[in-house]
This record gives sequence, C-alpha cells and structure tokens, in this order.
Amino acid sequence: MAGTAVLGRLTWLPVEAVEVVPETPRVKTLRLDVPDWPGHLPGQHVDIRLTSEDGYQAQRSYSIASAPGAPQLELTVELIEDGEVSPYLADELQPGDRFELRGPVGGYFVWEPSRGGPLLLVAGGSGVVPFRAMLRHLVDEGGGVPATLLASSRSWDDVIYRDELERLDGEGLRVVHTLTREQPDDWDGYTRRVNAEMLAEVGPGPDEGPHVYVCGPTPFVESVATALVELGHEPGRIRTERFGPTGG
Amino acid sequence: MTPIVSRGFRGRRRDDGPPDRVPPGQYVTDDFPVLSAGPTPRTPLGEWDFTIVGEVDELHRWTWEEFRALPSEEVTVDIHCVTKWSKLDTTWEGVRVDTLLEGIETSAEYVVAFCDGGYTTNLPLEDVVDGKAWVAFGYDGEPLDPEHGGPARLLVPHLYFWKSAKWVRGLQLASTDEPGFWEQNGYHLYGDPWREQRYWGD
Amino acid sequence: MRLDGNAVAGILRQVFAVEMTEAIGTCAGCGKAEAVGAVVVYDRAPGTVLRCPHCEWVLAKLVTDGDRVWVDLRGVRTLELRV
Repeated sequence: MAGTAVLGRLTWLPVEAVEVVPETPRVKTLRLDVPDWPGHLPGQHVDIRLTSEDGYQAQRSYSIASAPGAPQLELTVELIEDGEVSPYLADELQPGDRFELRGPVGGYFVWEPSRGGPLLLVAGGSGVVPFRAMLRHLVDEGGGVPATLLASSRSWDDVIYRDELERLDGEGLRVVHTLTREQPDDWDGYTRRVNAEMLAEVGPGPDEGPHVYVCGPTPFVESVATALVELGHEPGRIRTERFGPTGG
Repeated sequence: MTPIVSRGFRGRRRDDGPPDRVPPGQYVTDDFPVLSAGPTPRTPLGEWDFTIVGEVDELHRWTWEEFRALPSEEVTVDIHCVTKWSKLDTTWEGVRVDTLLEGIETSAEYVVAFCDGGYTTNLPLEDVVDGKAWVAFGYDGEPLDPEHGGPARLLVPHLYFWKSAKWVRGLQLASTDEPGFWEQNGYHLYGDPWREQRYWGD
Repeated sequence: MRLDGNAVAGILRQVFAVEMTEAIGTCAGCGKAEAVGAVVVYDRAPGTVLRCPHCEWVLAKLVTDGDRVWVDLRGVRTLELRV
C-alpha cells in the first residue's frame, strides 16, 4: 500500500522530537515528527544519525514502535550504559530537538495480517519493540489472526509496554512473560531463560505452522532460534532480528 | 545537503592527544576496541604453525614451540586504527619479522600476511623489516587474547592497524603487490596514518 | 558485533535503491540460499562483512567513506529478487 513500494535512493530525512515518554526506568519512547515520512510496514526499522557541532557523526538503527498510519513515528530506545547515542536520545533529547533518519528499511522482518498466522513472537528485552508495531497493526486491522507473544525481561519493572500488553492480552493475543532476574512476590509465571521446554509449553507448535519472529540481543535470538528448530519448527518460517550484545 | 546538527549531542569524549604522536583525524582512546570481520578462530597450539612461502628457496615453517624458542622482545608502540581511534604506549611481546626472515633469500618486494579465518593484508617487504614489524604473542604482559588476534598477530605500528593482521599464520613473499581482504574493497594499498591514507585515492 | 542482514538494510537500500533484505542470495562457498536479512553480519570491522550462516563464507564486504561505497559481492553466486 502507500509507501511500501517507494523506490529510488533513500536520503536522510529531517526529524523533530515531539515528546519523550518513559516506559521503564531505562527505556523511553520518542514521538517524532517526520515531515516527509513515506509510511512503513510493521517490523521495519530506521537508521538515525546524530551530528555534533564539530562534525562528528554517529548512526544507530531503531525498530519502529508505532503502527502504520499512526499520527507520529515512534521509536523506543533503551539506555545502554556508556553508550554513545542512547544516552542522548533517552536523557538529553527535548521536544523541538532535531536529528536525521533514513528509512523505513527492512522487508525481511515484516509481518502483516495478510501473511496469515498463527503468529508467534519471541522477544528478549527491547526486542519487543518491532512486535508492538505488528500487534498494534493487527488490532487496527480488526484482529483475526491468533497471536502469541513470549517476552523475556529482567524484572516486572523492566517489561516494556507492560500496561498495553496487559490490555491486549486475551483479545486474540496471548502474552506470556518470563522474568529472569527478579520477580514480584506473588509471581507464579516463568522465571528462567527462554528454552525449548518453555516454547513447547507456550506454543503454538510446529504442526500449526506458525509464522515465528524472534528479536532481541544476539545471544538470545540465536539460542531461541536453535530451540525452535529443535522443536521442529520450519527454519523457513522463523525470522530473526539481532540487536547486538546489549539490545537496542 | 549539510547534515542537521543535533543540539547537545557530543558523542563519546574524544581526546585529540599530542599532535606529534596522534596522526590527523585520529582521537586517543583508553579502551582497546575489538574489530572483527568474522568469528574468532580457535586454532589449538598443537596445530598452529607459521610459514614463509612464495618466492623463497624453500618453505620455512615453525611450530608453536619452535616459534616461541626464537628470540623475542618487548616493545612499546602507538597504534592507529583506520576507524579513527589511536592507542598510545601499548606494550607487546613478539618475534621480529627480521628474525623470521633471517637467512631467507628472496627477490620479492612484497608480502601478503595470511591468517586463520582467511583474512589477508598486503605490505611492501621493506615495511616489515629493519625492526618495523613483529609477530606478537603477548600484549600488556599477558598472552595475546584470541579476541585481539591470539595466539599471534602481525604488529606493524607505523601503518593503520588493519595491516597488523590478527591470527596470522604466515607470510607469502611476492614480486607484485597483491591487495588483501580490505585493500581489494576500498581500503588504501599502503595505509600510512600520517598521510591519512585510509581509502583508495587518498 | 555479530548481527544479521537486517542491520545492513539501510546501506543496501542506499546502494541498490530497492529494499534488499528479502532478496535471496546463493552462497558461492556452499551453495545454500538465504534471504539477505538472514545472513550473518559483522559490522565492527574496518568495514562490514556479510557471511553465510551455514558455512561462514564471506558473501559480501561493504566499505563507506562519506558518500563513496565499495561493495564486493563475489561471495554471492546469484541474487534473486523481485522487480
């Protein structure tokens, strides 16, 4: 649809920050105004570029957190200790500040309801960001595809989009959390790292032919992808996006 | 189009360092960044060897024990990466390339260093002799970490550090300059940091 | 860092002027085919290296200097894409 068939060389687009919204103690969502935004598909990302006064530049990639058609482009940024770009975006950026972005890019890690399901999303930490775009879009399109999100986080306070996921849980979407470092006293959910056993329990299983997407830090993605293949999921139906050692 | 400058963005604290020691366009770092084009090779020492091949009378080969029995020295040098970081006063322990070439007759004017994992880099022979290059097995008083090229890497501090090939396994001597892994794809054939020879045409 | 082909979506889109992560590349080393989005990417070299997830063969190298880009695709025997 609109924006998806845009050809021609990408250029760096001007971006203005509209609002910075805290999600967790270390995670913020940026609401951005991008005047020439061509539209995007759920799962795509952007490359952002910051230039300092002395000409120094840094670039990073961020998954798009907003659904297609949302009034503002949203990116969710995790503050990385001694990072170079995330401290600026998460702690320094003010409404009205400007930078540049290139995108949307990515076609491989895209899911839309027209591709069918069931859908299995496995997220490690900030790997949940592109899935929020996919799930919001699914809701916008009236649902109709059964979806399961298995999200691994360090603690309940670190669950990104926690309230939104609670609201979506049960409306054709099943949200399962595992909290790997710290749990609330009354927690009766999973507490270990995602493994084959957990994936088999959470499902859907390979016999249902789900479209599977895995996103998060590289070691997380690789161990989950291996476990899924071990369970019998077809490698061709598993799509992965690695964020690097510390996510983001 | 000139890029948009972002208010308040500075990037990591970059120290320009003393100009007589830091080439143009570089900044000084205290870390030792790990750059890699592939998975870290893990050759067991029992299988490791170093060979000199190509335009030589015969193949010359050292096992790890033979290599470590050669005279070695500790050196302190500054290193300069083409990605703009420089690290001053790094200490290494290694065997001079001169020692490895001792007694070897050749008409070759160039070398290609070849490595576990397939990496190669090319240099003029005169840039690895006369005390300008080592095969280093120790860094900062410890055995060289695999991430940084251990068990042994080439060390050629007067050129950009991509020439200091990690996981080096030998030198091929040749009469022509054969571009290596990065030199085939945009990086400068010679790589002098003091003339900022980073890319083709620089 | 070891990432995957998604990490080079932006630069490839700039080089080829079309989205490339869904293009299927056949490895010149082992002959297996994968979507570009699924290949292994090492982006902290002095350039970027794409490797086959099955055999680690170097599929492609990317080096940028400002607006100059060098692309070596010799490790890809064939690229299949939709136009």
